[in-house]
Amino acid sequence: MAKRFQRLRKSQLVIPLFALLLLALFNLIRDPSFFSFNITVNNEGNSVLSGNIISILNSASELAIISIGMTLVTASSRGQDISVGAVAAIAGSVFVRVLKEHTINWPIILLAFVCACLVAVLCGAFNGTLVAGFGIQPMIATLILLTAGRPIAYWINGGATPTVESPLLGYIGSFIPGVPIPTPLLIVIVFAIFVSLVLRLTNLGLYTQAVGINEKSARLNGINAFGMKMLSFMILGICVSIAGCIGVSRMGLINHETLLLDIEMDAILAVAIGGNALSGGKFSITGSVIGAYIIQALTITLYAMKVPSTAVKAYKAIVIIAIVVLGSPVVQSFFLRLRNKMFPKPAKVEEKQAYAE
Amino acid sequence: MRNKNKQPADPQRIQLREPISNTNLLLIITVCTFFGMYGMAMAVWGGGFLNPQQFLDLFNNNSFLIVISCGLTIVMIAGGIDISVGGITALVTMACVVYLDDKGGSVAGSMALALAIGTAFGLVQGLLVSYLEIQPFIISLAGMFFARGMTTIVSVAPRTAENEMFMALKEFRIVIPGIGSYGKTGNFIPARIELGVVIAIAVVILVFILLKWTRFGRNLYAIGGNSQSARMLGINVKRTRFFSYLICGVLSGIGGYVYLLHTGAGNASNASASEMQAIASAIIGGTLLTGGVGNVIGTLFGVLSLKTINNIVIASGLREPYWQSITTGMMLCFFILLQSVILRIRAGGTKRD
Repeated sequence: MAKRFQRLRKSQLVIPLFALLLLALFNLIRDPSFFSFNITVNNEGNSVLSGNIISILNSASELAIISIGMTLVTASSRGQDISVGAVAAIAGSVFVRVLKEHTINWPIILLAFVCACLVAVLCGAFNGTLVAGFGIQPMIATLILLTAGRPIAYWINGGATPTVESPLLGYIGSFIPGVPIPTPLLIVIVFAIFVSLVLRLTNLGLYTQAVGINEKSARLNGINAFGMKMLSFMILGICVSIAGCIGVSRMGLINHETLLLDIEMDAILAVAIGGNALSGGKFSITGSVIGAYIIQALTITLYAMKVPSTAVKAYKAIVIIAIVVLGSPVVQSFFLRLRNKMFPKPAKVEEKQAYAE
Repeated sequence: MRNKNKQPADPQRIQLREPISNTNLLLIITVCTFFGMYGMAMAVWGGGFLNPQQFLDLFNNNSFLIVISCGLTIVMIAGGIDISVGGITALVTMACVVYLDDKGGSVAGSMALALAIGTAFGLVQGLLVSYLEIQPFIISLAGMFFARGMTTIVSVAPRTAENEMFMALKEFRIVIPGIGSYGKTGNFIPARIELGVVIAIAVVILVFILLKWTRFGRNLYAIGGNSQSARMLGINVKRTRFFSYLICGVLSGIGGYVYLLHTGAGNASNASASEMQAIASAIIGGTLLTGGVGNVIGTLFGVLSLKTINNIVIASGLREPYWQSITTGMMLCFFILLQSVILRIRAGGTKRD
């Protein structure tokens, strides 16, 4: 038990988990009813779960999915993709475009999703080619699609913001009849399990880390660095298209200007808060997902405190700075020294353990 | 006297003379592109492009972008990034308008306020990035969130400055004698520039001198190129990085005031997405995000090129706003690829040697 605790303390998940705990504690003191669950009947006559926790879990779905892909891109290419919001708008537009031309049923929705996926993967491949093929910094390379993406999304639907009305889309965006849990949350759970299975069963995670830590040595060890970077951008493309389709289904329309606006910033934040180095290398998907939920929990908490929605960003910034300052190597080593000075014993225990290992 | 004692340059040495540096090569490309583009526009569409006022309006409308791009160039040369510049600009405009109108402040006071806000952001971000070694992207992202949030806390509704002295300053135009155009009635309208342009040009010149001829400026290139070896050469990397962020913050404050001088209004959506435009300008101007390469004159031409292409798109009849973004993206793509290919060829060339 003690050993497991030691390992947990050393892992990168400490700070995000601690932050989440602190947020929960803060809400518990402020207003215990924050955590209450209710079963309410929604417009379509389904009895569904509601409450602040559910709304956090539900509204963070897109962010959680994108931050999974962003973690892989960060790990392999040592940079971030800032075009995810724009590509999500493109994917959403394609999704709507296909749906508009047919009568909506499940196969057509699947077809539309596959089309959206293909386009998003193509965008990912474009970014990947610039990054892996031409050796351009990811943030610069993706600046191109960030600038041009939303206008392209606008152009796909002929310069309009069409709406699609179908109960089937409502099933994806909100609730399936008879299931009290919001569907986006279910999608996140399925996707997260799928990704962790892939990472566990294949060499994808290991190779991605190897490329991120030292590309040259990875290549000398026979890893296709170009392919790994390309793959991570394409996987991010899939994540983005899923998020885009969820976003469209939620609203029942595509608004190229506002769909998943600024999500690239939140996704990068989620990766950083999750304890991942933005300079690539080792990564933890779990950390990023926790980071995504921290960001959403923070937003919902601020809303619950009646902070106006435009001012939320300012408070968010303060909390973010507090988290990253706590997680910074300089501050951590300072605390370690402070602790060693005040309680010399634990340091020795650690030393012994180091020898034992 | 020393020149006389110097050995005459032998042919061998002339051949081994240092080739044109990456910084200068990328600068030359940018400058040529801008003049080529503008010349082509003048030849093909004529009309507005031949009007000197339209050329000067490139400066009038974008002086704030020039100022904040200069700050960003300094940070990027040192190998960092600062995306809070647009947010600081918006905050400065709003804070200054509220100070001038509601608090009855003076013009000098509002200038001091603008500088103070910029300096405060620069100080905090510089400290966190350089001394606590936190990733600059995250810190400046938080800075952007904070600035944008604070802007709406200061005032949610858009505000317009009504202070008389400030309005006089805003309406002040410098008339350039001898250059101008003829209006529809045949009267001569002399070309004029705003006060913000003077500030922007002064900033460009000062930053150019700073980067080129001061020890601090050369240190910036050194730590951007390779911070490890810069440290071994005895350069205080942390302090240099800290000052790069400080200067960027101060310039963002100045940029905000220049923006206010141009529009005279405080609005939460002021200067939206201008951080990305500033980054794009710096890149088009030949500054590499990896650090160590860049030039502030290039950044100036980057801003001008970016805005000229918009004018060209409008002149060619593609009036829908999305065409501007698409062409901007294409232009960015072109420059990024060009730089990457050129640098790769040059790196390959030295390797073969």
